[in-house]
Amino acid sequence: MAQISQDNRGLRLVVRYAVLCLIAAIFSFPLIFMVVSSLKPSEQLLADAHSFRALLPLGDISLQNYFDAFKRAPVALFMFNSVLVTGVTVIASLALCSAAAFAFTFVNWKGRDLALTVILATLIVPFETIAIPLLLESSKLPWIGAGGITWGWLNSYRVQIVPFIADGLTIYLFVQYFKDLPAELIEAARVEGASWFAIYRRIVMPLSGPVLATAAILKFLAMYNQYLWPIMVTQEEQYRPVMVGLQYFFQLNRAWGEIMAYLSLITVPVLAFYLYLQKAFIASIASTGVKG
Amino acid sequence: MAGPAIALILVFVIAPFFLAVGFSFTNQRLVSPNPAEFTGLSNYRQLLGMGVLHLDPLKDAAGAVVLDDQGQPKLPELRKITRKNPDFPQFDGMRAWFSWASGEGRTYVLARDVVFMTAIMNTFIFVLVVAPLQGGLALGLALLINQRLRGINVFRAIYFMPVVVSIVVVSLLWSFIYDQREGILNNLLSAISFGTIPRVDWLGNPSTALGAIIFMSVWQAVGFHMVIWLSGLQTISPTLYEAGAIEGASKWQTFRYITWPGLRNTAVLVLVVITMQAFGLFSQIDVMTKGGPLDSTQTIVFQAIQRGYGKQDISAGSAISVILFVIVLSVSLIQRYLTREKA
Repeated sequence: MAQISQDNRGLRLVVRYAVLCLIAAIFSFPLIFMVVSSLKPSEQLLADAHSFRALLPLGDISLQNYFDAFKRAPVALFMFNSVLVTGVTVIASLALCSAAAFAFTFVNWKGRDLALTVILATLIVPFETIAIPLLLESSKLPWIGAGGITWGWLNSYRVQIVPFIADGLTIYLFVQYFKDLPAELIEAARVEGASWFAIYRRIVMPLSGPVLATAAILKFLAMYNQYLWPIMVTQEEQYRPVMVGLQYFFQLNRAWGEIMAYLSLITVPVLAFYLYLQKAFIASIASTGVKG
Repeated sequence: MAGPAIALILVFVIAPFFLAVGFSFTNQRLVSPNPAEFTGLSNYRQLLGMGVLHLDPLKDAAGAVVLDDQGQPKLPELRKITRKNPDFPQFDGMRAWFSWASGEGRTYVLARDVVFMTAIMNTFIFVLVVAPLQGGLALGLALLINQRLRGINVFRAIYFMPVVVSIVVVSLLWSFIYDQREGILNNLLSAISFGTIPRVDWLGNPSTALGAIIFMSVWQAVGFHMVIWLSGLQTISPTLYEAGAIEGASKWQTFRYITWPGLRNTAVLVLVVITMQAFGLFSQIDVMTKGGPLDSTQTIVFQAIQRGYGKQDISAGSAISVILFVIVLSVSLIQRYLTREKA
């Protein structure tokens, strides 16, 4: 009897792992295919698509597609633009949204509750519904630069950065986190005469590691993967990010090898970053759901 | 300290929202030598104008029904009614959206903008399929991943992987997988069926294109909601499961009476978030099909961008945006009402 139940348990375990592996294959094969194909000449890539060779780096393996991709489009420029826009937005967003959340949570001021309500209400306005009027608005906004006042923000870095620094979700995440910090700590510092800014800078921020990581990861993913907005505001090549750069590879006879190389170039760093910080990524998504 | 963030949200979220409402009542264009004029509801009338028309078969002088070449009753020409016909000013410029046989004749539902109506229908189909499918699959995955097994975190990491990949990249990858001649999907189907399943042009066929995009979208985003379900599962107290085990509850009873009630709030959140994201369907369409074939993948946002940006018609794009906002708001209010805490 004992023997049978032992076997049964073993069999069940095998079935469970088989199911898990099958699902894992469904989620990973397109990405494996992408990276493997980027190493093959286009003709071999198409021939291999008929068998399991599609997922194996066999045959004529080289980095030629990567060189060709760099020749076809200013790939390095696009990558620089994406890193610049994403990096600046993430840092500015952490600073301004945490400061705002601090003022909403700890400081009493007139209109505070109304302002917070309005900001949280913006969470139900999908970006797609404001994209078109924001496009027109951006085409008329003033900017004070070295050459005096200029009008119109289209084709610039700022049009890709400034509108996305402050958002309801990031402020909400910080407010939720700050509410759970011990209020006595802040009161004690107030009694000792610390300024609000000193409290924010010296007490609250050093305690905010987890929420800073969460907000940074969510903002990073949203910004780096943005597509709709940059295609509208960057007609000039000089300011284009990597997702818009993809359009250089759309043509009638698609050179799939080069496309896969470009896709790998812009995706693999993010995937590596994710796999390295996997727990933090998953925790950040989970934390958006806990309070509901 | 809240000043800068509030100012930015006012300028870049709240102002554009009210501008959208304002522009939708004008003929504003992105670049125009003439100032915009107030045009009232004309954008909305142009987008949403509809009419119902019943046509009876033509009769000859003797009162008998005229038959056409195929022996079918001959109907008056629809075009003669919808093109500058002074007797039917309300149908001017409309086209048939769909029709059905009724009595001896046909009843037509006419729309001033058939493409936009198709876009609304497609968006609703997308939302209605994706919300339960993605939410349900995500819950299934979360339950699977919530087991105590060695190496389970590796599987969790893999299932979540597509979420960090841009939907633009995913769309381009899958357009290769779906390709008729070279695509992996057709190769796979033909291999397992020994060539008996014909090769399908998944994205080029009006009856499969939207389905193909739905499948890919679920594949990309399901990991996100799996993680949200997972965090909900972990808030359920283990003592409840122990009590259930002592009472001898079956697996289904455990899920039905312990797990599911514990996931209530998570379920509402997942539903609302998926619905909002699904209404914004754009990138997949722009990369894979551009709304085609035969408008079978037109969506509301794709229409808004095509007109507002592509044709630089800010006012029409804004009116579409406002319509989308009203739809999203109504749907989320209905969802909240239906999922409210029952006293």
